[in-house]
Amino acid sequence: MSTILTPELSAHWDEPDSFTLAAYKRAGGYQALPKALAMSPDQVIQTLKDSALRGRGGAGFPTGNKWGFIPQGDGKPHYLVVNADESEPGACKDVPTMLANPQALIEGAIITCYAIRAAEAFIYVRGEVLHVARRLHLAVAEAREAGYLGDNILGSGVSVRIVVHSGAGAYICGEETAMLDSLEGLRGQPRLKPPFPAIEGLYACPTVVNNVESIASVPYILKYGAADFAAFGTERSKGFGLFSLSGHVTTPGQYEAPFGTTLREILDLSGGIRAGHWLKFWTPGGSSTPLFTEQHLDVPLDFESVAAAGSMVGTRSLQIFDETTCVVRVVLRWCQFYEHESCGKCTPCREGSYWVVQLLERLERGDAASADDTEAQLDKLLDICDNITGRAFCALGDSIQAPVASSIKYFRDEYIEHQRIGGCPFDPAASTLFALESAR
Amino acid sequence: MAFSEEARSRLAPRAAEIIGRYPRSRSALLPLLHLVQSEEGYVSADGIAYCAEQLGLTEADVTGVVSFYTMYARKPVGDYHVGVCTTALCAVMGGDAIFADLQEHLGLGNGETTADRKVTLEHIECNAACDYAPVVMVNWEFFDNQTPQSARDLVDGLRTGAEVKPTRGASRLCTWKQAAAILAGFSDGQAAEGHTAGPATLAGLRIAKEQGWTPDGGSSPQAGTGGRQ
Repeated sequence: MSTILTPELSAHWDEPDSFTLAAYKRAGGYQALPKALAMSPDQVIQTLKDSALRGRGGAGFPTGNKWGFIPQGDGKPHYLVVNADESEPGACKDVPTMLANPQALIEGAIITCYAIRAAEAFIYVRGEVLHVARRLHLAVAEAREAGYLGDNILGSGVSVRIVVHSGAGAYICGEETAMLDSLEGLRGQPRLKPPFPAIEGLYACPTVVNNVESIASVPYILKYGAADFAAFGTERSKGFGLFSLSGHVTTPGQYEAPFGTTLREILDLSGGIRAGHWLKFWTPGGSSTPLFTEQHLDVPLDFESVAAAGSMVGTRSLQIFDETTCVVRVVLRWCQFYEHESCGKCTPCREGSYWVVQLLERLERGDAASADDTEAQLDKLLDICDNITGRAFCALGDSIQAPVASSIKYFRDEYIEHQRIGGCPFDPAASTLFALESAR
Repeated sequence: MAFSEEARSRLAPRAAEIIGRYPRSRSALLPLLHLVQSEEGYVSADGIAYCAEQLGLTEADVTGVVSFYTMYARKPVGDYHVGVCTTALCAVMGGDAIFADLQEHLGLGNGETTADRKVTLEHIECNAACDYAPVVMVNWEFFDNQTPQSARDLVDGLRTGAEVKPTRGASRLCTWKQAAAILAGFSDGQAAEGHTAGPATLAGLRIAKEQGWTPDGGSSPQAGTGGRQ
């Protein structure tokens, strides 16, 4: 059997002190930083471009290109903002990364600051993960103590300061311009683009906003070289990443693998769907990506293949639902999430999310007068989604369509069935983790 | 009533430190709000006035920010904020059942606090721990793979003062106010506690090790869909 899993970022997570500077160094940490400092900043940017690392926060924009957009010699301060606001339903990779190995993020942030000529970085971490905040504060303190942060790092004359900034509960702040407004002490609402953050970001200065996993991958690329990293993955989706498996599976968890790995491969390795059940639907990249079904088990999980199959690889959040799950319930709950998290700035998202939820609630109750009436509601639902997508201020609004339209595409009959029997045909107890325990 | 002189002098060095972290003072608003929440357990009108004064903003301006973010409580919270994730995956995996059960067990509606001021119950949105679903958070620490029974035992323990330990987090739970201080950037020295990589976090690594797939340092065999040359 060929190698499917490639634990690189996660290689030492099982060591009890993996989060400390000492353990990180023992595992070869902070060897990339002196290599980077011996290069010119432009050479570091070129190395990232050569590695073809694409942003790990979901959108997949090439990281090196993003860095390259930062103007040079403009006389303004430059900033790095690390997006550690992991909140997409299904996404659960950055939190364990920061708990287990925050130093990879810190080393990556220092190298990034050097490359983009920034003296200050902010780690914007979601507020609702207390121990992650503790670990990040510890990591910054340890790195500073060891001379990796502060003035004249390793005698290079380079200075970098990192501030850990805890958010306060708003999914929208994961959108990069909303994050910048939030970091400026405002309501976290997205900004009109352009100007993009690379030109006018934090305090209207050139700013790179990168996801945790993107930045944590930087030390590897500098240490082993761009070619080594680019040898993993597929032609246009290079490298490895964390695939987060959750839901009705035997062994949920983090699986670090090259891009292009399939769900079938991961399930085969990890014991498959929970015993006695079968796969009904899944998300390849979190709640904002169109649903997949059993027919998509062999789709290579890379940006291009997943897009060609009608979805997005997003944050590689593989949420698995078996046949005990009501798809209407799941889609309604995701849409309630978007309704709750819509920032209110633009009308299509603010109003549209409410209408979508109301329609889905009616469909779940199944109280339409007839099957035709239900069909009309489904058409209305899709029409509303069409009027949100592409008209909303940011990607949050666009996300609503993903679960709604894909669920209707694959499970239209299930919506009709709710009307036929006048309620949900599923037993919610059967889909719980403890269903087996209570049945005994 | 404004903060007492005693409180003001106690908070002063912390507020100054927070403001000093940022190139522009207004960036200090979110951590300052966490700071006043650590003082009172919620963000009161007094807390808002304090932040406005520190940053030279109007109270209306600060209030507008407070109302945007769900983590700032607008009424007092108990010693332990119990958040049950009811976003889709956790809901399906048992979050809905746990939340319904806790409401009945505690006699509370969403956002309400027990008469002894110990426990505030709330349903929360996805907390980035789907591989440990269903998840309950107490003061934003992880309690993984919960059941209605384990959640009931958990809140009972919180109310009787039993030692309650997060699944992945510090060895002992801190209070709601202490948690807010950490979020304001003042650590409590518990960062090194707890082996926080639970079984799900290590699932892939464990399988890779069993298979002998130990990469490290550019010497691994050909990977499945690419791999090192």
